Amino acid sequence: MWLSFLRPGDLALMLLALLGTALCFPLFWRGGAGDRLVIRQEGALFLEVDLQTPREIRVPGPLGETRVVVEKGRARVLADPGPRQYCVRQGWLSRAGEIAICAPNRVSLVITGKDAPYDSLNY
Amino acid sequence: MIPSITELKVDADDLRIARLAAAAVGLSLVDAAIPLPLPGVKPGLANIVALLVLARYGWKSAAWVSGLRVVASALLLGQFLAPGFFLSLAGAICSLAALALAQYLPVRWFGLVSWSLTASFAHIAGQVMLARLWLVPHDGVFRLTPVFALAALVFGVINGLIACRLQREFTLEASAP
Repeated sequence: MWLSFLRPGDLALMLLALLGTALCFPLFWRGGAGDRLVIRQEGALFLEVDLQTPREIRVPGPLGETRVVVEKGRARVLADPGPRQYCVRQGWLSRAGEIAICAPNRVSLVITGKDAPYDSLNY
Repeated sequence: MIPSITELKVDADDLRIARLAAAAVGLSLVDAAIPLPLPGVKPGLANIVALLVLARYGWKSAAWVSGLRVVASALLLGQFLAPGFFLSLAGAICSLAALALAQYLPVRWFGLVSWSLTASFAHIAGQVMLARLWLVPHDGVFRLTPVFALAALVFGVINGLIACRLQREFTLEASAP
């Protein structure tokens, strides 16, 4: 009986609204996706690469080699000679502002996007 | 007793608007009492009244009822001139603006559900804009847009259907001897 209240235009508008809402999700939630990876060694820029081209990067440090993998929009530390493996366990980084720091080997990874998000260091 | 110099003339229109606004305020309070996980997501039951008023008495009455409802319910909830008040004011102004256009949709094809949907989407659009411009000047606010849009869709349809149902009951009542 509730259906009897709906006129053809109502159904069309509902469909349109549903479509618009569905489109909203990818449109507004994709935001913040990073597009570049910045690798620093001893605080100095080591390499800045595009996140879209898959590659493996070897970063030399005082303890040995930190291996970084980049693949379709994300990056992670594959292996690190550090004792506690924090940066490896950080896992995949994909959003702008995400970081992984291999402090013992003096290597850091940060994802950058079009507009850098604020973090506590900005203040 | 000295007769008051400023005598308020109350006509039938004023009384009707006051009565309808009171119903809308009541529904606003019900709205506020329903717990929902996210601030800003509300059923907006008071808009059912606005829709019925628009259908029956025209846009001007609907604007009065909505305006009074926003101010009076804010006073009752202790929200007057607080951010929540301005958000609901912005939402009400935007929905009224959208309804001003939507009321000219051909009646044969578009019913109250269409009006309700138009109003609910205009409502969240107004609120998100105000929030972005004034309350949280950061693009992060737009992250909430999909959630608000979903709420507008669901509650817009539900409120529209309730309004249809009530409208039918009123017409049945009116036509009964």
